[in-house]
Amino acid sequence: MKRLTAGLVALLLSGCSNYAVLDPHGESAGSISELLLLFFWVCSIIWLIVMLALAYAIFRKRPAVSGADLLLGAAEQNRQLTAIVSVCVAITFLVLTGLTFSSYIAGKAVADMAQRGTLTIRITGYQWWWDVEYEDTRPDHIIYTANEIHVPVGEAVKVKLESGDVIHSLWIPSLFGKRDLIPGQHNELTFIAEKTGIYRGQCAEFCGLQHAYMGLTVVAEPRATFDAWRLSQLMPAAAPKQDLQVGLNVFLTRGCALCHTIRGTSAGGRVAPDLTHIASRHTLAAGALDMKPDQLARWISDPQAIKPGSKMPWIDLNPDEMRAVTSYVGSLR
Amino acid sequence: MKSVFLLCLVVVLAACQREERDFTKRKESEPPDTVSVSPLHPGNPPITTLEESKYEQSAYDVAEGKRLYQWFNCTGCHFNGGGGIGPALMDDKWIYGSSIENIVKTIKEGRPNGMPSFGGLIPEKETWQLAAYVRALGGFVAKDVAPSRNDDLSASPAENRLPSPKPYNGKAP
Repeated sequence: MKRLTAGLVALLLSGCSNYAVLDPHGESAGSISELLLLFFWVCSIIWLIVMLALAYAIFRKRPAVSGADLLLGAAEQNRQLTAIVSVCVAITFLVLTGLTFSSYIAGKAVADMAQRGTLTIRITGYQWWWDVEYEDTRPDHIIYTANEIHVPVGEAVKVKLESGDVIHSLWIPSLFGKRDLIPGQHNELTFIAEKTGIYRGQCAEFCGLQHAYMGLTVVAEPRATFDAWRLSQLMPAAAPKQDLQVGLNVFLTRGCALCHTIRGTSAGGRVAPDLTHIASRHTLAAGALDMKPDQLARWISDPQAIKPGSKMPWIDLNPDEMRAVTSYVGSLR
Repeated sequence: MKSVFLLCLVVVLAACQREERDFTKRKESEPPDTVSVSPLHPGNPPITTLEESKYEQSAYDVAEGKRLYQWFNCTGCHFNGGGGIGPALMDDKWIYGSSIENIVKTIKEGRPNGMPSFGGLIPEKETWQLAAYVRALGGFVAKDVAPSRNDDLSASPAENRLPSPKPYNGKAP
């Protein structure tokens, strides 16, 4: 029964063309989904054979036998049964060995990629957002951002995972399997994105009230585009133009700067996402909203209505201050 | 049998009472100006009965206050309550009063000789949460509400993080 349900669920899921696990765009996701399909088909076929054998056993016509026949046939029957069971055990052994090996090979393919990393990203999970740092040997080439990573297509990217509070887990179904972020422990994974595109990642370990809204955007792009993005992220925020100066003042004097950093200004809080280039990201509030001016205004005006319990407080700004700070933050490309 | 069932039902229902967390945006009432910061006053003692703030009764709010205490670098001067550059918060000396209203005012308005004013910077609700945590440091808050001590303040690592001891081989250690 369990197998039946599992098979049905898998069949139903394969009907969803958007189901990311079955639509891999990365090397490790590829080997994992191949493994999944192999297991699925092998198990389905075995299940079918077992069901047919069962049906045969239930519905076959039994010949009428007398007691004498039974005794005579016992030895012959015994030999037959032994042969059948031995063959079945041998087949089971072979199938299990085969599956074990394929699982080992898939695991090795994922682990082997660690040697080929060209880019190292450190991701720290917090309730409920991702802090991102692109490591570099030169301190002035380190990029700080949040909730969105860009990676060059076809290159192995090493991700170092840490947690700042509770256990989280990073999962980008199209690109790689899950890996936990554990406080006090250093985890790593390496992945290759094989196709340009925007992928959604998600926290896969229940981590509190807003676990569902802890998303990560992965942008896979050609090397040239990636380099351009990297250069733009290294720049401090542009000095605000005349009318945006008011917004910066609100940001600095009404408490935003206690938690957030905008490089190039005196806002230097380090406990919340870096906002230096926030308007260049695709999403807001770790995937809860799209990066659009009206949604930004909604988020700033009442974060607790959108992500109840999130660490971003409601600040009592008057409409003028609200407009000013929204247009300033929205201008940080 | 029926009574056992009913009893079980009642016990299960009792679990429904859970601490409320308030995520609505609501303006806090200002602490009244009449809150006195000192027990010294002329004439007869004024009769002021301050109600216990709801923030002091909520473990969630006090725990949030503890987080903000680190985030906003109160530790920079007051350390973990023991004081250093700023006065200690876990002793019984309260220069400007120990009620939550006093503490909110101290955070918002600042005090002479070093305490900066955070009025307008720290949002209202967060100020009250911080003040509730400061009250917890001072031991004014119920024990089931007050947050526990940080792990890193313990003299030795937690038991589950200790290195495994050498096997005992029968001799006296």
